[in-house]
Amino acid sequence: MKKAIEINVNGATHQHEVEPRMLLVYYLRDVLGLTGTHVGCETSLCGACTVNFNGQAIKSCTMFAVQAAGGSVTTIEGMAEGGALHPVQEGFWEKHGLQCGYCTPGMIMAASQLLVRNPDPSREEIRHGLDGNLCRCTGYQHIVEAVEYAAKKGAG
Amino acid sequence: MREKFVGQRLKRTEDPRLIKGLAHYVDDIRLPDTLHVAFLRSMYAHARITNIDTSEALKSPGVVAVYTGRDLGEKIGPVPCAGALPGLKVPDHRPLASEKVYFVGHPIAAVVAVDRYAARDAVDLIMVDYEELPVVVDPEEAAKGGPVVHQKFGDNVAYKLTAGEGDIDAALGSADHVIKQRILNQRLAPIAMEPRGVLARYLPGEEELTIWSSTQIPHLMRTQVALMIGIPENKLRVITPEVGGGFGSKLNVYGEEALLGWIAIQLGGKPIKWIETRRENMQATIHGRGQVGYIEIGCRNDGTVTGLRYNVFADLGAYHQLLTPAIPTLTGLMLSGCYKIPAIQINVTGVFTNKMATDAYRGAGRPEATYVVERAMDLVAAKLGLEVVEVRRRNFPAPDEFPFKTATGLFYDSGNYEGALSKALENADYTRLRAEQKTARENGRIVGIGVSTYVEICALGPSQAMPAGGWESATVRIEPTGKVTILTGASPHGQGQETSFAQIAADELGVAIEDITVIHGDTSIVQYGIGTFGSRATAVGGTAVFIAIQKLKEKANKIAAHLLGADAGGIAFGDGSYSMQEAEAMAGGEVPQPVVPVGQAPAGALPEPESNGKKRVTIQDVALAAHLGKELPPDTEPGLSATYFFEPKNFTFPFGTHIAVVEIDRETGDIEFQRYVAVDDCGRVINPMLVDGQVHGGIVQALGQALYEEVVYDELGQLVTGTLMDYAVPRASMIPWLELDRTETPTDVNPMGVKGVGEAGTIGATPAIVNAIVDALSPFGVTHIDMPVRPEAVWKIVNQRS
Repeated sequence: MKKAIEINVNGATHQHEVEPRMLLVYYLRDVLGLTGTHVGCETSLCGACTVNFNGQAIKSCTMFAVQAAGGSVTTIEGMAEGGALHPVQEGFWEKHGLQCGYCTPGMIMAASQLLVRNPDPSREEIRHGLDGNLCRCTGYQHIVEAVEYAAKKGAG
Repeated sequence: MREKFVGQRLKRTEDPRLIKGLAHYVDDIRLPDTLHVAFLRSMYAHARITNIDTSEALKSPGVVAVYTGRDLGEKIGPVPCAGALPGLKVPDHRPLASEKVYFVGHPIAAVVAVDRYAARDAVDLIMVDYEELPVVVDPEEAAKGGPVVHQKFGDNVAYKLTAGEGDIDAALGSADHVIKQRILNQRLAPIAMEPRGVLARYLPGEEELTIWSSTQIPHLMRTQVALMIGIPENKLRVITPEVGGGFGSKLNVYGEEALLGWIAIQLGGKPIKWIETRRENMQATIHGRGQVGYIEIGCRNDGTVTGLRYNVFADLGAYHQLLTPAIPTLTGLMLSGCYKIPAIQINVTGVFTNKMATDAYRGAGRPEATYVVERAMDLVAAKLGLEVVEVRRRNFPAPDEFPFKTATGLFYDSGNYEGALSKALENADYTRLRAEQKTARENGRIVGIGVSTYVEICALGPSQAMPAGGWESATVRIEPTGKVTILTGASPHGQGQETSFAQIAADELGVAIEDITVIHGDTSIVQYGIGTFGSRATAVGGTAVFIAIQKLKEKANKIAAHLLGADAGGIAFGDGSYSMQEAEAMAGGEVPQPVVPVGQAPAGALPEPESNGKKRVTIQDVALAAHLGKELPPDTEPGLSATYFFEPKNFTFPFGTHIAVVEIDRETGDIEFQRYVAVDDCGRVINPMLVDGQVHGGIVQALGQALYEEVVYDELGQLVTGTLMDYAVPRASMIPWLELDRTETPTDVNPMGVKGVGEAGTIGATPAIVNAIVDALSPFGVTHIDMPVRPEAVWKIVNQRS
């Protein structure tokens, strides 16, 4: 039986009736059309689906949409406020922190939350902070530099 | 003269859409009324299907159709294999199994339903009766008479192949030493972060089928799928939207691609979509590597290598995918490494096993060869008590020996192996590293330094060597408004050619980067092309762009001369403008302003080209004149566009040196990196930032093979590493800081001197890392250790032999 939920996504409130088993990521993608959040494993291991939920970076492939009811979600589409890139987005562009781009939205969401927790992380802290997000293209080095760039810009 | 874009670290033009989450991968494409497909796949590695009952599945809510292998019969042609080796046994490979299943993950039935949840629910309601059959997993056992995968062939040997030149028996017989070693290149999973995905839509009125697929080869896929499902090739449009990584796993034609297209036609109009789950990706997207080999290397007392024999069992899996049997032939070609080896022989036994097919995974046969050769060089050094660098130097061809012919039948285009090696040694401060290692050992620490000097084969390749042609195509046109459109037959998917091709065009045409759009991956828009793999997109596809521009400029030159009232030979092109030769001299190199500023024309009206009486016209003026057609020289075709299909005369052979320094934790067996230094030479560099990115990614995949990754099947053929929990893709904290540098030795294979770099890291790094570990463990009597080198194995050596 469908359940009524209300979720704030990127500053706008949405009300829908969804199956209890609908994953948050499919709610974002299929119901709201926010396809910037990707699915890479459906098991919380790759991080491609990372979004910000109530201030925490979470894997939206292992959370039900009904669990997110009443909460506030920021997706990659909500990062560039007023069209200006978030410093982490800027860092990824400047430092070539992406190649195929599939892990990138999740990486950016995880990195931006990492910088909120730790505004001036060491390289090692950045690497550990991003261990929940897999990238198969970049070898991570340019991602580390992208996050350093964002930290210098005061992203945290 | 304005500064050249080629050679600059230019930010990527493709990035804004990707970092904003606005790009479209297959699953992001939303068509109204799309139906979803889910597959039932075999849970057994080898079994007879005695019955399939789909009746309950068909009654499940939202289900539109269920197809089994028996429903399909031979309606869809076999999944193609392009690796036509002499005597190759080719099993009949259809998109769905009908009588037997041959590996875990083998598709049995496809459910079509209104959404992905309904489709997955119905898959669970399909009842299959299996009769289990004996399973063979180990390739050596399979070759020597284990259970037979395909009964009709009688045994599991799909082919045997011997290649190489020189008298190998004499070379090994006359050597002062012959060293033998069994060596493994374990099975790996490519793990593109975006799994495969297919969306298909048929328009019954137009009789047009469109397939959106996450592939590296849209045109080759179109040809093959059209043949498989029996529709005219020009009624099939393949669109490759954003592709989330390939690494060879999407250099293929998969049964699912044809099946989705075929079902879309049966359903008569509704789009259908299948998005692979990660578990399916682990089970049923091609794997890579999978070689069990035996090295025999002969050398003289001074370290010169006399001959190399490699007897290898290639674990093909149950079926041939597109290039499955051909991959070990690339290993054979690269067995000379960057050394003068007078006699080389490879003996390949390709064997069927009850596993997913192996095929091209980043490097595709060449990392295997390099690993073999670079391990062998260290074995020689260990045997003779020589320094590993010295053994390599004694076997290098000198820079003036190029083009260098190998005993594997190749001609290496250009190289300066000593140049890259000495730069890497200098960057690593090798002499000091060795001194520090000595001290560390005296203090009881376990430290190792590994060196790999590699050469690879890139820019695949001359058509003679490629099953479906080895050229690449480009169309360059200048639109009436002066904007430049490039259509490339290569189909990049993360490598950044939208930027690097624009850099080439911006320099050659003197236009702004922002005025260039690079289009790829749509067979209805782009002329036929081959695709992106084998480190070929820039070296072959970029060259096609470069030469197409030269063709376009020949025509533009004639039109410009006409507009200027000069002879074609009397004008010169520079910074985006044609000018009279003498005017050019007078201008003294001053940057000309465009005669007609683009975008300032009145709305709805094209500007009039400035021409008569002028001493200079821009390329945009020429493009407009070419399209208006009013002021063209006699016998000149209107329009300003050129297409070129570039056929390379040879492969290219990039090279380099990688040095890894590791320390082993005596208590845990953990392997920690102290340094990682690489010097790569990929010829002329178009965008150094993109080259660094390619090298980083390759090294980390190599590191994954050396230390972490392995596709494991148990004795029943169950895939033990079926999720990302069990299959260890390297994470950010597992990677050392990579210290990169380059030398630049151009090639004459193409006019830009570009060699290719996509696979260098996976080729150069694996042996450097394993050599470092073996070096660290050499005080314990170790001369070889197999990958992935796990702490457990290292701990046992350290704690049981000391």
